[in-house]
Amino acid sequence: MADEIATPEPAAEPAPSPSAEPRPDPQPPILRIENVVKSFGSFRAVDGVSLDIRAGEFFALLGPSGCGKTTLLRMLAGFETPDEGRILLSGEDIAQVLPHERPVNMMFQNYALFPHLNVRDNIAFGLRRAGLPRAETATRVAEMVALVKLEGLEKRKPDQLSGGQKQRVALARSLARRPQVLLLDEPMAALDKKLRESTQFELMELQRKLGMTFIIVTHDQEEAMTVATRIGVMNAGKLEQVAVPRRLYEEPASRWVAEFVGDINLFEGEVTAREPHRLRVVTQAAGELVAAQPVAPISETKVAVAIRPEKIRLALRRPAADAAAINCVEGAITDASYLGGKTVYKIRLDGGAVLHASQANTARLDADGYGLNQRVVAWFTPDDCVVLER
Amino acid sequence: MSARRIFSRPARFAAIAPYVWMVLFFLVPFAFVAKISLSQTAIAQPPYTPVFSLADGLSSLSDAFAALSLDNFRLLLSDDLYLSSYLRSVVVAVTSTAILLLIGYPIAYGMARLPRRWQGIAMMLVIVPFWTSFLIRIYAWVNILQHDGLLNQILLALHLVSTPVVWLSTDSAMYVGIVYSYLPFMILPLFATLTKLEPALEEAAADLGASPREIFWLVTFPLSLPGVGAGALLCFIPIVGEFVIPDLLAGSKSLMIGQTLWLEFFTNKDWPVASSIAVVLLGVLLLPLLLYDRLQRRQLEAQR
Repeated sequence: MADEIATPEPAAEPAPSPSAEPRPDPQPPILRIENVVKSFGSFRAVDGVSLDIRAGEFFALLGPSGCGKTTLLRMLAGFETPDEGRILLSGEDIAQVLPHERPVNMMFQNYALFPHLNVRDNIAFGLRRAGLPRAETATRVAEMVALVKLEGLEKRKPDQLSGGQKQRVALARSLARRPQVLLLDEPMAALDKKLRESTQFELMELQRKLGMTFIIVTHDQEEAMTVATRIGVMNAGKLEQVAVPRRLYEEPASRWVAEFVGDINLFEGEVTAREPHRLRVVTQAAGELVAAQPVAPISETKVAVAIRPEKIRLALRRPAADAAAINCVEGAITDASYLGGKTVYKIRLDGGAVLHASQANTARLDADGYGLNQRVVAWFTPDDCVVLER
Repeated sequence: MSARRIFSRPARFAAIAPYVWMVLFFLVPFAFVAKISLSQTAIAQPPYTPVFSLADGLSSLSDAFAALSLDNFRLLLSDDLYLSSYLRSVVVAVTSTAILLLIGYPIAYGMARLPRRWQGIAMMLVIVPFWTSFLIRIYAWVNILQHDGLLNQILLALHLVSTPVVWLSTDSAMYVGIVYSYLPFMILPLFATLTKLEPALEEAAADLGASPREIFWLVTFPLSLPGVGAGALLCFIPIVGEFVIPDLLAGSKSLMIGQTLWLEFFTNKDWPVASSIAVVLLGVLLLPLLLYDRLQRRQLEAQR
């Protein structure tokens, strides 16, 4: 949840960039969102969101469509006014400030380039509104054109540009005013997959180079994990979890986050014994499972045990390891999908449930792995299990 | 049989249809008018000479060709009446189009900003006057504007004037009639352009620091120019040739070209001069059309 911000990350965890390491710094956040609520009619699009964003951070708002992430972004840009709560930018409440008076700029989903203006005039638009002297506008535009590598295209109209070039113009235009915070609304949704990947890395590089605060809205979890130092997952107007990508994936705070981010196997059961570091959970589908006690202990007895598919190993017989230290379930393979880097197996357990297990294809000369209907033992350690409230 | 075979024949016909229409209902009649404009008036049936007739043989046909002349066009140039009529028509059309734009743009802009479900109703309200005959609506204005008409009664009742004001048979009355009649033709193309504008463009402008006024003049208005052009043409062209409204509402001191044409044709029974007026009028109207066409083509080329 939002209080995650104060919690220091475990030291062992590698962070994608230095700024991801939350220092216990006394410096107040550049952007503080306090209990913001926005309703459209009886629908609460944003329902009491609180969030702190530090200067220089690349933050991603991730969620399915209709979860309120875009509404939240639009409130930061000033296109919507919150019904309740405050939005503090550098300590100042901007909730009621009009869009054209905010030191925040936005890159729009379909770029919203002015079709009647050429590349140069599109980029210069914001600078001219700010009343920048002509010479300075020209140098700043040239700077921006070089930054996004659009040299030679200054006189083109948006219609004469490719999708990737339009995206760069939109980026340059929103960066030209040097906003305190740059908002990006699904900036790569209109690009094809290959271009999207290279653009993601360019965006990260740019953000690091400029040291600017970026907030990106996306429904694409891979994109969020690639670019962002921290991710806020939204569902039904509420922030479900705010964490660095690895924690979001390995330590989901709720069953909803666990199911939304990546693929996962869930077994519902009841806690039967609590040992110092372990829980014993009896599940209907997979029998008794041993799971590591979560960091924040769970008092509920009705829980769900979650295991990521790649944490599961497959074998032809039970491993010789201490039976009490590992979880073994048996079943027959019903489906095998070869995906290149990995193969995903679907295994029908003897208890009736279907288990997803993915195996990395590490050697080129490997045999085809397991065949259909083959009986296998799937095993995983207690540390691979995440215990969640149901 | 392939799908292309099935569809190609009617499709090819559909492509020809507008040309057939143009030839039958515009080019052929216009050729008649053009021919008459080169003839001389005569007290005969039809009231002009020469008459092309194949009955008298080919030699008479070449005689008829030789008898054609540009005399009528010389007359149009020599008599002030025609020049001043053309000039007045253009002035009235330009003024009316400007007034229509000033009134129509805000209405279209407001309509485009209404919630979707209200837009249909607003559109109905714009179109609804068409359900009554045009002539009846102009007579209604005569009624409103005449000496003891509705307008003067209201003004007197409110003690804004002490004696009835002369409205009818003035240019103001004519402008009221023209603006009233042509307003939908200005509003609809403007509305169509403005509703198609992406709202994100105005948001982007606001985001980049543009005030509401700057958003309008730098983004909304330039992007609505195609609608402005279409609306202006749709009003300007018929207003130049307008006959009924100036005849019923304006005074008789100066005439618009449509009225002069009517006079030549019906009162003076001078078909050749009336025809030459019509030919020149077409030339006058082609000019703005060609200009608009060239502008649009340039815009399209710039986009490519």
